[in-house]
Amino acid sequence: MKWLLLGIIVCSTVLADLLQSYEMKRSGEQRVDARGLAQLLGMIVGRRYLLLSIVCMAFSFFAFMALVQAAPLSFAVPASAATIALETALAKIVLHEAVGKRRTAGALLILGGVLLLAH
Amino acid sequence: MLGLERDVALDTSIVGLEMPMGAVGRSKFKTFLLAFVVVMFNALGNLFLAWGMKHSAEPVGLNPLGYVRAMLSPFVAAGIALLILWLLTRMALMSWADLTFALPLTGLGYVLAAVFGKVFLNESVSAKHWIGTLLIFAGVAVIGTTTHQTGLRDNTV
Repeated sequence: MKWLLLGIIVCSTVLADLLQSYEMKRSGEQRVDARGLAQLLGMIVGRRYLLLSIVCMAFSFFAFMALVQAAPLSFAVPASAATIALETALAKIVLHEAVGKRRTAGALLILGGVLLLAH
Repeated sequence: MLGLERDVALDTSIVGLEMPMGAVGRSKFKTFLLAFVVVMFNALGNLFLAWGMKHSAEPVGLNPLGYVRAMLSPFVAAGIALLILWLLTRMALMSWADLTFALPLTGLGYVLAAVFGKVFLNESVSAKHWIGTLLIFAGVAVIGTTTHQTGLRDNTV
């Protein structure tokens, strides 16, 4: 059961972040004052990929809640942090981001740090 | 995948119109500042939520009404409000920077969670935790040396 939940978390988180990044890049740079945040709230309703990303985040959130009930936190947190590595790879392939050696090394360092913190 | 690659290829031709500031317009300092705000909203939101849920009078279990009642707690409500702000500022961050630049920075949230756990919940922080913290800082520093916005526009980094 815990592996199924973990699969749901990883897939939904990765999909949510890719969709969100893709849609936000299309939208152009957004403001972060009160008006800008209100506009962002409106964008969620108006853009289907953003809406889908929020649905995916909700799936991930509730699956994580269920996972921490079924498995130790020391398993749930580092396992879900695996999304960092997966998203780095997929961002290069799907979003065509320039993921050089330094960015890959940085992501791996952070992943290692997260794994240590979670135990 | 969902036709993203085709759409992305089309978008590169109009980026100049949609994002006149382009890859170098938004200063990296401002991007770091926003990333810090995003991390703080997330860490504080989770802290408030955890605090509120731990001090909830009854376990919520699978009962939806339990969750609704829990949301009426000031701490839980504040936590949810902070997490909504986290979502919106994170969306803005995604519009400013690459996913592979912004996402690892949020790893700082794990560091803050450890610090908050020690300060507010009197949890012990082992040597392994400090090493993990150093690794995360090192990773963030390394990623900080890369261009924050390349993505669909520039593949030179």
